Amino acid sequence: MSDEFHPSSPIYLQLAERINRQILRRELRPGDKLPSVREMAIQSHVNPNTVNRTYSELERMGIVESRRGQGTFITEDEKRLSQLREDLRNRQIEFFVRAMGEMGFNPEEIVSGLQDYLKQQRDRGKEE
Amino acid sequence: MIRLQGVSKRYLRKKALMDVDLQLPTGKIIGVIGENGSGKSTMLKLISGLVRPSSGTVTVDGEKVDRRTARKVSYLSELDTYYPFFTVQETIDYYASQFADFDGETSKEILSFMGVDPAQKVKHLSKGYRSRVKILLVLSRKVPYILMDEPLSGLDPMVRDSIIKGLISFVDLEKQTVVLTTHEVNEMEPLLDMIVAVRDGEVIKVADVEELRRTENKSIAEWMNDVYAGNTCRSLPS
Repeated sequence: MSDEFHPSSPIYLQLAERINRQILRRELRPGDKLPSVREMAIQSHVNPNTVNRTYSELERMGIVESRRGQGTFITEDEKRLSQLREDLRNRQIEFFVRAMGEMGFNPEEIVSGLQDYLKQQRDRGKEE
Repeated sequence: MIRLQGVSKRYLRKKALMDVDLQLPTGKIIGVIGENGSGKSTMLKLISGLVRPSSGTVTVDGEKVDRRTARKVSYLSELDTYYPFFTVQETIDYYASQFADFDGETSKEILSFMGVDPAQKVKHLSKGYRSRVKILLVLSRKVPYILMDEPLSGLDPMVRDSIIKGLISFVDLEKQTVVLTTHEVNEMEPLLDMIVAVRDGEVIKVADVEELRRTENKSIAEWMNDVYAGNTCRSLPS
């Protein structure tokens, strides 16, 4: 079975998000061909129309290019991809900081908390 | 396009559908959802010409629906409708002889995709394999409209999975439109472009699935639970 989608947001956006993450992890590289609409639909158990929507959204964002008769490819524009990396990082940080702020943590506490956590993770990694 | 205008259907004194106005666009997978007995199957049968409306008109591509509509519409019944003494291959051949648009190549592909043995007698197949054969017969026709009445009902997760995959693989949404009824919305949701929610014979909602998820901030399944449990107001008779 494919991974589940979150119930509360459009599936086509979640699928775009997944592809973006694969690009950031370098599982998909600049110039790589994405699966055809139907292949992607089968892999992710979604409607082909949804995949179409995902691909046009990614194209609008400048992350993929569709070439007539050949398919859809990850852009080779490295600048756009590093921009994507920045954007996704900043967005995640924004969520995190906002949630911490809502719980009453000040910036210093957030930074020290994060440093401690990362240090613990590192130490645990060494032990294993 | 499928169109219902002022359509009501009564079975004797029982009202199955009441005054339905509906337009279903082409190129989409459309889910007719609702509880048992809400009128979902009746709607499909009206579109396929298997039952006639008590009042109102049903048209498919502008033509009034009658028995000849079967040329344009492939219909999967909730019931088992085949000869049990046929083998799978004989059943396929029989369908091919009845429908000029039956595509033998597609049926072979689906056969191997779903792992059905063509030499088996239909009556000896398990329920899961019988369902696969039914799906195969419906999807092998090159018709503009495919109607499926509860294609997943009563099947185990593996069979459902292979049916869903088969549906995605063998339907061509550039040329075909799928209308299916289901009460297993959860599983079907990622497949649907559009839903038509039916309750007590009335259409209570027609919506784009992604749009509904965005505006309601919940899945169709959750939305259904709320609506059908009566957490939102029913219109009360004044």
